[in-house]
Amino acid sequence: MKQLVKFSVASVLALSAFAVQAGTLQDVQANGSVKCGVSKGLAGFSAADSSGTWTGIDVDVCRAVAAATLGDATAVTFVPLTAKERFTALQSGEIDMLSRNTTWTITRDASLGLNFAGVNYYDGQGFMVKASLGIDTAYDLGGAAVCIQAGTTTELNLADWAKSNGIEYTSVVSDTNAQTTANYDAGRCDVLTTDASGLYSQRTATNDPSEHVVLPEIISKEPLGPVVRQGDDQWFNIVRWSLNAMITAEEIGVTSATVDVVSNNPERERLMGRSGNTHEYVGLSSDWTYNIIAQVGNYAESFERNIGLSTPIGIARGVNALWTNGGILYSAPFR
Amino acid sequence: MKKDNTIISFLNNNETRAIAFQVITLLIIAFVFYSGIDNLIANIEAREIHTGFAFLSNRAGFDINESMIAYTPEHSNLRVFYVGLINTLVVAVVGIVFATIIGLIIGIARLSNNWLISKLAGGYIELFRNIPILIQILFWYNIALITLPSPRGSFNFFDSVFINKRGIYVPEPVSEPGFAWVLIAFVLGIILTVFMRRHFKKKHDETGIHTRTIGYTIGLVLGLPLVVFLLLGSPMHLDYPSLKGFNFQGGKTFSPEFLALTFSLSVYTATYIAEAIRSGIEAVDKGQKEAAAALGLTQAQSLKLVVLPQALRVAIPPTINQYLNLTKNSSLATAIGYPELMAAFGGTVLNQVGQAVEILGMTMAVYLVISLCISLLLNIVNKKMSIKGR
Ligand SMILES: N[C@@H](CCC(=O)N[C@@H](CS)C(=O)NCC(=O)O)C(=O)O
Repeated sequence: MKQLVKFSVASVLALSAFAVQAGTLQDVQANGSVKCGVSKGLAGFSAADSSGTWTGIDVDVCRAVAAATLGDATAVTFVPLTAKERFTALQSGEIDMLSRNTTWTITRDASLGLNFAGVNYYDGQGFMVKASLGIDTAYDLGGAAVCIQAGTTTELNLADWAKSNGIEYTSVVSDTNAQTTANYDAGRCDVLTTDASGLYSQRTATNDPSEHVVLPEIISKEPLGPVVRQGDDQWFNIVRWSLNAMITAEEIGVTSATVDVVSNNPERERLMGRSGNTHEYVGLSSDWTYNIIAQVGNYAESFERNIGLSTPIGIARGVNALWTNGGILYSAPFR
Repeated sequence: MKKDNTIISFLNNNETRAIAFQVITLLIIAFVFYSGIDNLIANIEAREIHTGFAFLSNRAGFDINESMIAYTPEHSNLRVFYVGLINTLVVAVVGIVFATIIGLIIGIARLSNNWLISKLAGGYIELFRNIPILIQILFWYNIALITLPSPRGSFNFFDSVFINKRGIYVPEPVSEPGFAWVLIAFVLGIILTVFMRRHFKKKHDETGIHTRTIGYTIGLVLGLPLVVFLLLGSPMHLDYPSLKGFNFQGGKTFSPEFLALTFSLSVYTATYIAEAIRSGIEAVDKGQKEAAAALGLTQAQSLKLVVLPQALRVAIPPTINQYLNLTKNSSLATAIGYPELMAAFGGTVLNQVGQAVEILGMTMAVYLVISLCISLLLNIVNKKMSIKGR
């Protein structure tokens, strides 16, 4: 089945017309929806509820782009993808953008014909073990069996880290998140390793989260962000600046509740499309950023709603706080 | 006038038409192929996707948990290709052996006069043939993970074989210097057996005296190496698995992924082989058996000399086809993470490198070559059988 999908993706790549190349915006507007690649289910980042509604901070980036281009944050067709499937899906034009906890690396950015449009979550790879194991540092993991998801930066980082620390391990690799977690739950492995955000998210999905501990070591940098195909600069700009709009809105203090408040702050008025003509540069109507903030909210709203301390995932802002608040979240200026 | 006629009749000629149609078909295929490839190259270039086979010599950078050849993340992507290829072949060979054994037993049981045995065999076939193979693989894998104990609570057999969620651990024979002689003795035993059999067959043809050779065969093939082994002072020891830290170390491990995969593939494919065997045996005319009995052949002789040779002629081609299916189905291992070709190379390397066309091309070529080899085997067997028969 999977192979079939892959082979057909390759043949789509072979036969798809040139037209896919440019004009993603035109395609999106003609279709009336943004085809957005997300994970198969990672609570807080991208997950569908029982009624099929997707939520999460990665989902919010898709919604922001839909609000910007179509004026409707719900006009998104979500395409759930495993780690292995995601890049081929984007290359072949099956999706318009990928927003699926994907790490920005030079290989992916420079050799896959793709471009990363920004970072919506700064992450790092961590380890989770069962509390009953009585381990409190990753350096005690020598000889352990480690559950990993195939086709991720995770498996590369782990090999690097183990090598430089002289730690031996056996890897247990699965294609899907579901099987990886099932393996960890069943005790096929001693440790689960992935992006720390993913660990927190998966811990909430276990029967008793208090039975699992996330170890303190973070062994890599995982800047996660949205990705587009290379060669369509307009679309690239739209995705990048939709995310920047959410971050800038937090900087300025505009929330979904206060979008209509007219102020004498010129930057705020520019961001809300009430002055200036930046919208022309990206080829959208002047209310594109207004729609994003009104319908999706600013970055802080999205963060707190999906993964913040008041949610079961319970992640503190940490490095993902604004640069003015001790974090590294930073948007180029709207001017 | 005359000339025109020849042209018309030339155009009306069936053979010319047939050739013309073939040429046109060929041109169309060539065109579709050409424009497909052309489009592919144009698209790849336009998207600035990296191309070429240089990635094969790059460091792979990720671990593989099961490999018959030495492998570390420092090895190249090409090495991953070999690791995957060998794992695919291992699964295929082990799966084929077990599927054949199970299929033979079930196929014969299906024809048993014993009502219960025949119904049980029938039930087995219906059950395992009708559940999609992917579901069977996932089922057995997850069942094994859920039901088996953790390493600390392993099932322990005489402190040498251990079974737990992480696999079956068995002692591994490690050869010491001198062991090569035992292997040489083994090969020698096989060669001598061939000559010995030839000798007794000739004797049988000339004098009609039948000699049972099974005793000699065992003596030569197993006894000879055993004697050499003992004379050299047992140049081999066993490496026992033992629990160290999180897991068992030492010995040989059969992972749950490998076991679930080969088990499911064998059990599933066996149903088809059983049906092939059954139809083969049923295809042999009753009169043949009766004639054999009339000639005074015993039940066993009749089965061996009359029924089976004819039954196999019918049963072997579909069975070999099933071998082919089993090999291709082994690529479903990617669902549970057994690192065969499709999972390790067509999956992980593809994802880390991103060159879908090159990597899937290589992967497909391997399956194509395996398929062609098995088809070739099928043709050879078919030819042999039909000459023997008539
Ligand atoms: N950030 C890493 C890992 C991303 C990844 O795939 N993580 C897994 C584990 S948290 C995941 O999201 N799985 C969800 C799924 O497969 O649907 C990368 O880009 O390679």
